[in-house]
Amino acid sequence: MKSVEDLLKLKKEIQESIALREGGDKIKVVVGMGTCGIAAGAREVMSALLDELAKRRLTNVVVTQTGCIGLCAQEPLVDVFVPGKPRVTYGKVDAQKARQIVAQHIVNGIVINEWVVNK
Amino acid sequence: MMEELALHILDIMENSLAAGASLLELTILEDPVANRMIIELTDNGRGMSEKERQAALDPFFTSRTTRRVGLGLSLLRATAEQCGGSLTLVSQPGKGTRVVVTLELNHIDRPPLGDMGATIASILSREDPPEVYYYHQRGKEAFEFSTSWLKEQLGDIPVNLAPVLKWVQSHIDEGLKALYGGE
Repeated sequence: MKSVEDLLKLKKEIQESIALREGGDKIKVVVGMGTCGIAAGAREVMSALLDELAKRRLTNVVVTQTGCIGLCAQEPLVDVFVPGKPRVTYGKVDAQKARQIVAQHIVNGIVINEWVVNK
Repeated sequence: MMEELALHILDIMENSLAAGASLLELTILEDPVANRMIIELTDNGRGMSEKERQAALDPFFTSRTTRRVGLGLSLLRATAEQCGGSLTLVSQPGKGTRVVVTLELNHIDRPPLGDMGATIASILSREDPPEVYYYHQRGKEAFEFSTSWLKEQLGDIPVNLAPVLKWVQSHIDEGLKALYGGE
């Protein structure tokens, strides 16, 4: 998954999947990437999210980031915005939890309550 | 706290984006003969006045309203100084900012470079990804990556899709692995 040929193959695949999904509202996932987040492992969380989404070929999900929001003790923080639903913030996320969030929340629509910090 | 240089680099790149930068130029030079490592990040953000520039290196200063500075630069400076090097910050309002870090390449306290692929993929994972140019030289060998090249390959496919970002990560990691002497 590294050569230019791989990239072009990927491009073709994405072109086909995007065409199928066009028009739908996107789910947004936000990772806290301030100094506090990065020091707590936010980059590994980001990597795990991207890996899980890539494996599942989920191109209707945008992963983005924000700076410090003042909840440093709960970092790494991950917000999930599903269109039409309230924002859900998960705290102390690691790579493993990030993959679970993709599988449970993003794919199946089930909020993992025990990790939520904004109840 | 920051176990990899790549994490420090991600942190200072985040500073650049918070300062409105759309272009990030990262150069890493490793010179084993001179026992020197130089990390240079140049952005086209809004830049800083002399007063802000000095404050940016002060760990007890924070501009809460803009969140442009914080602990990040002071942490990196501490790492550099611990490793027989220094951190220089060059900036002018409207002219962007340049951070230059030098370290002794084989200093016992020097953190490993770490996962540069994950760092670059992370910085590009946003709704409006910046242009990134990354040049890494080790001795006489070099590796480079640019988003302008990537966009040429991708055509109308956006850069910030998970499968594309994962490709970027492995592409950079493989490129650097080759730079460090093969698989």
